[in-house]
Amino acid sequence: MIKLEHIARTFKVGDELVHGLDDVCLDIKDGEYISIMGPSGSGKSTLLNVLGLLDKPDQGHYFLDGSNVTELSEQNQANVRREKIGFVFQTFHLVPRLTAAENIALPLTLAGVPHEERDQRVQDVLKSLSLTNRGHHRPDQLSGGQRQRVAIARAVITNPVVMLADEPTGNLDHASGIEVINILEDLNKNGITLLLVTHDIELGERAHRIIHMMDGKVYS
Amino acid sequence: MHIDDTLQFAFHAMRGYRTRTYLMLLAMAIGVASVVLLTSLGEGARIYVSQQFSSLGTHILIVLPGRAETTGGMPPIMGETPRDLTLDDVAAIQRSRHVKQLAPIVLGAAPVSYQQLEREVMVMGSTASLYSVRQMSLSSGQFLPEQEITRASSVCVLGYTLKKELFGSTSPLGKWVRVSEYRCRVIGVTADEGVSLGMDLGEVLIMPAASAQSLFNVNSVFRILVEADSQEEMALAKQDVIDIIRERHDGEDDITVLSQDALLSTFDRILTALTYSLGGIAAISLLVAGIMIMNVMLVAVAQRTAEIGLLKALGSPRRQIIMLFLTESACLSIIGAMLGLLFGLSGNWVLQQYFPDFPFQAPDWALWAAVCIALSTGLLFGMLPARHAANLDAVTALSGR
Ligand SMILES: Nc1ncnc2c1ncn2[C@@H]1O[C@H](COP(=O)(O)OP(=O)(O)OP(=O)(O)O)[C@@H](O)[C@H]1O
Ligand SMILES: [Mg+2]
Repeated sequence: MIKLEHIARTFKVGDELVHGLDDVCLDIKDGEYISIMGPSGSGKSTLLNVLGLLDKPDQGHYFLDGSNVTELSEQNQANVRREKIGFVFQTFHLVPRLTAAENIALPLTLAGVPHEERDQRVQDVLKSLSLTNRGHHRPDQLSGGQRQRVAIARAVITNPVVMLADEPTGNLDHASGIEVINILEDLNKNGITLLLVTHDIELGERAHRIIHMMDGKVYS
Repeated sequence: MHIDDTLQFAFHAMRGYRTRTYLMLLAMAIGVASVVLLTSLGEGARIYVSQQFSSLGTHILIVLPGRAETTGGMPPIMGETPRDLTLDDVAAIQRSRHVKQLAPIVLGAAPVSYQQLEREVMVMGSTASLYSVRQMSLSSGQFLPEQEITRASSVCVLGYTLKKELFGSTSPLGKWVRVSEYRCRVIGVTADEGVSLGMDLGEVLIMPAASAQSLFNVNSVFRILVEADSQEEMALAKQDVIDIIRERHDGEDDITVLSQDALLSTFDRILTALTYSLGGIAAISLLVAGIMIMNVMLVAVAQRTAEIGLLKALGSPRRQIIMLFLTESACLSIIGAMLGLLFGLSGNWVLQQYFPDFPFQAPDWALWAAVCIALSTGLLFGMLPARHAANLDAVTALSGR
């Protein structure tokens, strides 16, 4: 379902060209569970950003569900992000002034889903992530593990086909980290394609397929 | 995104950054309030002046010696010495069938005394018809007697204030006062009317025009008030006055005939222009408020970079992000404008309590203009920060680099 053909992404730092991604070719099938590993600066985040349509490659083609999404307009790329892709970040990125429930509902709110349906879906997701009585708490009233669960809830509420998780356990203690990974793996068992960037070898090896990266190149 | 959700998002953000919100509301409110207050002052002056004019009576022409170059303007200050208007001219004008009645005015200052008390006052020479032309009223006695315009007689009517100064609470009727070296008998006292058109009739002494002329040793008349029957008659009366005087003055047009309407509309134009310029000055503070909104919103965008990146990751297109931030500045300016209206109108109310004679009244257009300008500066100056937000690079925004 995901196909990358000769993707390159270079950054200009001063006079130097840095290869964030260098001739990356990749095939990912529906429902795969992949971990991406590699040293710092090897291009893992850049890869996820390109896959998530947050960043534009300088060269190459990206096919998602058979359509060439590199060619899409800004508006259509936004639609693809909204409908097909879920993001989980190392630093959670919750909106501090909104409650957990409002944070989770945010993608639906932005998409214009009506109130009642939104509330229903938020309740369902809160329940499945055992956050039921945390809905009205603000992010600063939650633990790190709870925050990341809220962030995952926000990512799954739109029923995406791909989940991109960039070091989701990076800011968590071991126990909360395991908990978060378990949730992500459950989602994968229910059919979502999961791409997980991690530095933790033990966590990385739980994936069905491991992609190693080095200097912007991919070694499967 | 539904409009109510957009609004709610804006309100959450406004509540999330309170100090910023209060500052912006205050700036907007001050701008709008000053528009309301300053235009109220201008408009109040306009209403005040037209009220003053209406106290002069309706369908009045004012005839004065000397020709004004521009119609409806003020008489010339310098130029050829025009021929004086005399009481014979007045009598001639009176014969026009378009003139309902008329009152000459002879004006000068003279010492007026009764027993030991003396006052330097304005002495106004006129005729019996001044009473109805000026729509005066008396507190006691009677007004000047009906008699030939050119006849002098030793009677006078005291202004209300003057009577109090000279006679206290005793009745002056029938008493003789000294005016310069003449003596005249008091036959009436004006009512306590206050000021009209800058002339306080309470401070004057009124005597027959011919008597005043001999008192001041002049043959001329300061001006003539001519009353016509109707608006239509006014034009005819004006033409008649001009024709009669031209004939009497050897074919020269050396008078100016002002209609009250022309005077009033001149004042009206001046004061309306004043109101507009006051409004314009106040609108500058709205502009300042707009620039403040822009600055604060730019700071807000900088503070909320990560949030904007997140919105993009969650599938917000540029258009939506612009919309969200514009809604925020629009809400701030509308609420600020409403507060400003409240401040301005209550300011008007307070001032009205202190100055009950002066009508503090904001013109309707100013209220609308203030709110519209507030809203459009909010949108205009909110546009830059909103576009700035929409153009942020999502990856950079999310990484906090
Ligand atoms: N916006 C940018 N401007 C300049 N260089 C960048 C930018 N983003 C990434 N890079 C460079 O691209 C390379 C890949 O960066 P990337 O963030 O993908 O690494 P990473 O594998 O995620 O590292 P880490 O494990 O530390 O998160 C790095 O050398 C980085 O310096
Ligand atoms: Mg990274």
